[in-house]
Amino acid sequence: MSKRVLMNGNDAVGEGAIRGGCDAYFGYPITPQNELTAYMAAHMPRHERVFIQAESEIAAINMVFGAAVTGKRAMTSSSSPGISLKQEGISYLAAAELPAVIVNVQRGGPGLGNIAPSQSDYFQATKGGGHGDYRLIVLAPASVQEMHDLTIEAFALADRFRSPVMVLTDGRLGQMMEPLKLHEGKPPARPPKPWALTGAVGRRSNMIRSLLLDDGVLEQHNLHLQRKFALIKNSLLKFEELNTRDCDVLIVAYGTSARIAKGAMDKARAKGMKVGLLRPVTLWPYPSARIRQLAAQVKGILVVEMSSGQMVEDVRLAAGDRAPVVFEGRLGGAVPEENDVLAALRGILRRSRGRKLS
Amino acid sequence: MTTRKRYYIKINSEYCKGCGLCLEVCPKNVLALGTAMNSRGQHTAHPANAGECIGCLQCADICPDTAIEIDEEQS
Amino acid sequence: MTKATSRRAPRQTAMRYSLYHRPVALKPTPTHFCPGCGHGIVHKLIAETLDTLKIREKTIGVAPVGCAVLAYNYLDCDISEAAHGRAAAVATGIKRCLPDRIVFAYQGDGDLAAIGMGETLHAANRGEHIAVIFVNNTVYGMTGGQMAPTTLIGQKTATSPCGRDQVTTGAPIKICELLNTLEAPWHIERVALDGPAGVRRTRKALATAFQAQVDDKGYSFIEILSPCPIHMHCSPVEAVRLVKERMIPYFPPGLYRQNGQSMT
Repeated sequence: MSKRVLMNGNDAVGEGAIRGGCDAYFGYPITPQNELTAYMAAHMPRHERVFIQAESEIAAINMVFGAAVTGKRAMTSSSSPGISLKQEGISYLAAAELPAVIVNVQRGGPGLGNIAPSQSDYFQATKGGGHGDYRLIVLAPASVQEMHDLTIEAFALADRFRSPVMVLTDGRLGQMMEPLKLHEGKPPARPPKPWALTGAVGRRSNMIRSLLLDDGVLEQHNLHLQRKFALIKNSLLKFEELNTRDCDVLIVAYGTSARIAKGAMDKARAKGMKVGLLRPVTLWPYPSARIRQLAAQVKGILVVEMSSGQMVEDVRLAAGDRAPVVFEGRLGGAVPEENDVLAALRGILRRSRGRKLS
Repeated sequence: MTTRKRYYIKINSEYCKGCGLCLEVCPKNVLALGTAMNSRGQHTAHPANAGECIGCLQCADICPDTAIEIDEEQS
Repeated sequence: MTKATSRRAPRQTAMRYSLYHRPVALKPTPTHFCPGCGHGIVHKLIAETLDTLKIREKTIGVAPVGCAVLAYNYLDCDISEAAHGRAAAVATGIKRCLPDRIVFAYQGDGDLAAIGMGETLHAANRGEHIAVIFVNNTVYGMTGGQMAPTTLIGQKTATSPCGRDQVTTGAPIKICELLNTLEAPWHIERVALDGPAGVRRTRKALATAFQAQVDDKGYSFIEILSPCPIHMHCSPVEAVRLVKERMIPYFPPGLYRQNGQSMT
């Protein structure tokens, strides 16, 4: 039984990348993910793997592009403003169908914002922050263990679907410490990559590009990408459900917000309120079908986010008119309180009974 | 026995765009733009005075489209 | 091309062989470049170098946005596109992951010296083992002849219609001199396509730059002053003359760094 170790989330991501087979990491300083860059600076050379602190987040994502075209596993990490700088590069990775892992340890925004945890990059991550029609596989850890495990999973998914994958987390998960079990055994298997640029020895020369000027060619390429996104939606979906079998009210929350929502759920349960929790782990593909099902069973859905309400829109899309969807959140790096969530739950139940409490 | 050298200039009219650089640099005025046109409607270069060629390769060097190939024949 | 010496009695035979033929590393297709464009010459010379050094199958190129992005349609080696300005970063990622491959970036002046200046300087400063081929034709060609960081003072372009004005746009940037202030680069040289002699010097410079990669010496940088007839608003012949008469005085060709030592 492998022993547990105590690590902060950022280091757990770093060790996850190494055990996930990351060949090359390109970083740049930005709080609250600096521990990860420092971890990779210390450990990647020990494994004789590539580490570069790039001159900017833009340079870093393009170094990832370069590493990816050779078929190697590459990763970069940053936090919200830095991730904004990487959006063009991510669009290029998606267009050229290159595997890569991008870690966003979110902080308060917009603008320079602050260094407190936030979830206000949800739209950017799941609706495509760069130009063009593309989707990112987005994984949302809610514990240091998942920071580790989902990073390894990200490399497997990137190679499997030849796509950039984002691990969307936040400064709180990044900098808090929790015990975890480190991945044992080999990294995820590497599929053959005949498309990679390795030097045209005994084969035709390969090209990797996304400039497709000839008439109709880009449209065909887009249709191909859309087929791939549909394939991903049908074969990849991860979420966790707690107490949803008999719940009257469903909470939908991910990452740090899900941890807080769980606390509120337990308190509510203790008071006899039948509350359940659905925690998406993949934010794209999103568990819309399951939410739609549960919407028919509950009196209302509460969405908890550290933002002005972004994922709530996807929940509303899924729930349709089956159940009212209420939002509870905090902005600018503030973290929701359990009591606020509890109050919101009571509000839903009270309104659902259709009569005003005298 | 003096060896006489002859030069053969082959110009691919599909590569050639009739830019005229080779005409400019040829020390012996071997080349000229012809009336014939390639598929893009460009008047392309051709060796008007092939006998004058001295194999200096100035034309092949300057050509932006690698349209010119030169053979040397020693007899 | 060594001539076979025949010991049999010389017969009156004609022996014909090629003095110049199209490089193997150049795909058999016409290019999209404008008539008289310097990019065509540079493509030819790179292909020749890949042939002579026998490295075509070991070489990976990076072609960013600009007239030369379509290099992968012409150069028959593995080539990756790069976002505008990021070729040096992409090349870094490739080389660090495949250290035994020859990696080169082929960039124009807008790509290398404007949007990509950061990546250019830092790849050079890290001494990445890549060859950077910088085709300086003083304009953004692909997008219609806009002013570039190397546009000459007074030069008319789509975005300096009255001639580049130093007061509002600064002076053309001398990249070789700039990079030569760094410690790490191995080879920095500027050449000019101002005529056949200039083409031959460019051929030598490219051979040096790629040989430095074969010998794994470090960062090699070749700036090539190049004609762009269409955006210099003149004929190909005049454009070559402009390279000689206008560009060379401001961008002096020469060897700025050799074997890691500055020559100035």
